[in-house]
Amino acid sequence: MCGIAGIIYKDGEHNIGQDMTRMLQSMKHRGPDSTGYALYAKPTEHVVMRYTVANTTTPRDYEFQSRLRRNRAEVESRLARLDAKIVGNEQETDYAFRVTLDYSGELKKIADQIEDIPDCEVLSLGHSLEIIKDLGDAETVCEQYHLDTFSGTHAIGHVRMATESDVDISGAHPYWAYPFSDIAVVHNGQLTNYFQWRRRLERSGHRFNSECDSEIIAVYLAEKMSEGMSLEDAMRLSLDELDGVFTYLCVTADALGMAKDEMAAKPLVLFEGANMIVMASEEMAIRAIIDHEIDTYDPYEGEVMVWTR
Amino acid sequence: MDALTGENQIVYDARGLVEPDCEVPKVAKIDGEKATFDALDLTTRQINLELRWLINEEGVTDVTVHNPGAKHSLGVGLLTRCKITFEGSLGYFGLGIIDGPEVHIKGRVGWSACENMMSGTVVVEGNAGSLTGAAMRGGDLIVKGRLGARSGIDQKGGTILTMGSVGANTGFMMQRGRQVIVGDAGHGLGDSMYDGIIYVGGKVRSLGIDCVPGEWTDADTEFIDRKFRIYDLGTPPTFQKFVCGKKLHNYDNLEASERKLVL
Repeated sequence: MCGIAGIIYKDGEHNIGQDMTRMLQSMKHRGPDSTGYALYAKPTEHVVMRYTVANTTTPRDYEFQSRLRRNRAEVESRLARLDAKIVGNEQETDYAFRVTLDYSGELKKIADQIEDIPDCEVLSLGHSLEIIKDLGDAETVCEQYHLDTFSGTHAIGHVRMATESDVDISGAHPYWAYPFSDIAVVHNGQLTNYFQWRRRLERSGHRFNSECDSEIIAVYLAEKMSEGMSLEDAMRLSLDELDGVFTYLCVTADALGMAKDEMAAKPLVLFEGANMIVMASEEMAIRAIIDHEIDTYDPYEGEVMVWTR
Repeated sequence: MDALTGENQIVYDARGLVEPDCEVPKVAKIDGEKATFDALDLTTRQINLELRWLINEEGVTDVTVHNPGAKHSLGVGLLTRCKITFEGSLGYFGLGIIDGPEVHIKGRVGWSACENMMSGTVVVEGNAGSLTGAAMRGGDLIVKGRLGARSGIDQKGGTILTMGSVGANTGFMMQRGRQVIVGDAGHGLGDSMYDGIIYVGGKVRSLGIDCVPGEWTDADTEFIDRKFRIYDLGTPPTFQKFVCGKKLHNYDNLEASERKLVL
């Protein structure tokens, strides 16, 4: 089933970590397997990277802790070799880290170098995007990663009921659009031409970290935008080129968009206020952060909408 | 991991809470045949138990529910004549299989509201999600906002009237009853319908398989006028009428070679 949520403020920064946690927790019944956030803080000149050095399916054997230490040291060593100076380094869990880098080179190089290390995965890379995802419900992930004070302008989130790939961090949403900066996607639905698109995009040099069909959407959109398309045009084209039933949300450094397939088979409820736009698979998620009566509606089939902050 | 069966099964209510042994909260203020209660801190099951207790055991005929909070499955299975007002929105699957109540919702409803509704009236002041009135068998469902996709799918009777527009595949496999759409209709209107009538006041993006324009009669005018008058909806616009072409599900008397030509 899965649940998706998005929020964008037009009047500056708000506590989007707390907002998104409330929204996702209220939809816990739609996906108890994992919870993920793509949060957009105020852009900085530094590059922010979220990465993991082990997955939840990595064997917890006697060597586990030493492998974590080795992997982390290897990550830092490779960053140094790329002239990416670490200016901030936070350990969130045994296996999840957030680093701030002084780096002006190609982001793809960092991602490729880090993901070349066994069990390591870059969750997000950019100047404002931070992707946090892990197993459990929103309150669990929020507490683990201290998201209740995360300030920013827009965010998307996802609660996952795994249907076609493993219950692990790689299979959790949101997906960062490797190797493009600050683009992420959450998706509710199934893509039926996943393997065709995966082969096409792999031939173009893109890598995929999971077997999850949703990962395609992020890379697909980012590639179209890198060819000069606007986010809205890329999303409109996706309605023709991606098969299946889907509603997805895509975020960039300054925009949030939604797209719904021609069958309108996956729900989304929208509220457009004066200073905020909020959307979720269920209205109760919107009401988790708005305590007064509001008018909400379902976008129709084939609709694409984009809002900027 | 334990298998999620039997005693190990986790049951979530609409807010994701485990609710194993729910009891009637009995929080309503009762004044003769009227009652009111606040649903803010109640779970779906508690709200429904409270409604049934009031209506079936306390002799209450008019209940007002404050702060329904878009929780799912509210007001389902109410099988008696009574009046219920929700001062807010309902989530998914609200008012399923109701038979008799007069319900007023001062907000919107999510997907699958009034599924299998048997009789009574439901008036929604706001918008409604997809699959509204699915398999509905009787009664009147009035939506003053807009409707999502596949509204009245498998409809078997009754009337769905919306003052706004509707999404794709409205009236899909409709079998009887009527739909009145004041606004526009999405693609595939009345797709694969067996019978029934769909009236559209706005534009139709496309007709579904075997849905064709129908001939307007005095009975149509009388029906539309009556519904608009009963629910105080103003002056009705000019409608187009659509019915089943009877060539899809009614081809048993055709030759095999003719069947290939039907679609």
